[in-house]
Amino acid sequence: MATEPLTEEVAGSCVDAYGSAIGMPQLCFDWFPNQIFWLVVTLVVIFLVLSRVALPRIAAILAERQGTITNDLAAAEDLKAKAVEAEEAYNKALADARSEAQRIAAEARAEIQSGLDDAIAKADAEIAAKAAESEKAIADIRAGALESIQVVAKDTAAELVTALGGEADADTIASAVDAQTKG
Amino acid sequence: MATETTAAEGSSLVFHPMDQFIVKPLFGDGAVGMFTVTNVTLWLFFAVLAVTALLVLPTSKRAIVPTRMQSVAELAYGFIYKMLEDICGKEGVKYFPYVMTLFMFIVVANFLGLIPTSFTTTSHFAVTIPLALAVFLTVTILGFVKNGAGFLGLFWVSSAPLALRPILAIIELISYFVRPVSHSIRLAGNVMAGHAVIKVFAGFAAIAVISPVSVLAITAMYGLEVLVAFIQAYVFTILTCVYLKDALHPSH
Repeated sequence: MATEPLTEEVAGSCVDAYGSAIGMPQLCFDWFPNQIFWLVVTLVVIFLVLSRVALPRIAAILAERQGTITNDLAAAEDLKAKAVEAEEAYNKALADARSEAQRIAAEARAEIQSGLDDAIAKADAEIAAKAAESEKAIADIRAGALESIQVVAKDTAAELVTALGGEADADTIASAVDAQTKG
Repeated sequence: MATETTAAEGSSLVFHPMDQFIVKPLFGDGAVGMFTVTNVTLWLFFAVLAVTALLVLPTSKRAIVPTRMQSVAELAYGFIYKMLEDICGKEGVKYFPYVMTLFMFIVVANFLGLIPTSFTTTSHFAVTIPLALAVFLTVTILGFVKNGAGFLGLFWVSSAPLALRPILAIIELISYFVRPVSHSIRLAGNVMAGHAVIKVFAGFAAIAVISPVSVLAITAMYGLEVLVAFIQAYVFTILTCVYLKDALHPSH
């Protein structure tokens, strides 16, 4: 700040001899043309810089970013749909595999069952055959035994009749034994 | 904004809070003519540089993911654009470069004025009156061009009782013509007052006992001035938007 006294011509009517302001420098009309002129120059320059360079550029940047964000959102939406699709496919494959496994298990079970059934049937048949054979053998033995019993009974009866002093008529004894053993 | 107790007055307390606003030629000691390169010129030039540094340089890469400074530029753009669109609607967007120029100039000039020893261009009525007058003339001319005589509907409050309307019209008319005055004085007055107060506190710092209080007070005032610097630019811009809305939609 100036400390040396100024001439009246230099200082104008707004500054005293020591370079201090007289009243408000804001109201010094001597300086108005200068300030207004440079202000207009400044505003025109700023306006040109903003309207020609800065604002269109920032608008372009913002628009581009908006576009990118929109695209990215769309891509994300796509990817999400794909992910859902993939999950569905996976679930479907899983379900298929499970049902396939169940089918194979059922088949295997059925096969085993049928083999088992065959074996059981065969075993049953064999058992039945063996049982029939055994029954026949038993029946033969029983018939043999019955015959032997009748022979023994007739012999015994004849012996008893003889021992009791009777006359052993073979036919009568035979028919009597037959009648007794038939029941 | 250094302490200015001149040597001639010795050690006594002398305040020259207004000396910071003196317009001086930058080269030589001649008188201040219309085209003289003065400290006003210098600080207006710095304002142009600052606007360029804020809005042009950081955006030169056009990065999708912005750098810090590019974010600031985008923020300033979005802030004013949204303000204008909210108040004036879609038709107002056409005047965005104009409003943005006003806002960027005022906010940058205000903050440059906060640099110690700087010259605060926006503290001068010679700067704020042309700004406000430009807004006033733009709005008035635009109003008549867009709406013809319908622009006068701005002064005819059709929602008021008929008997009251002429009186209201006079009040509206006066308030309309007071607009550029309040618009310009509000800005220059706020900025000038804060700077002058800081300078007064600085004058008190010459007394050793008071100087800590003085420094504290300067710090507090400076913080307030930072707020004022932004708020006044904001107020000026939002009023410009409101006046512009009157020109575009004059009906009450």
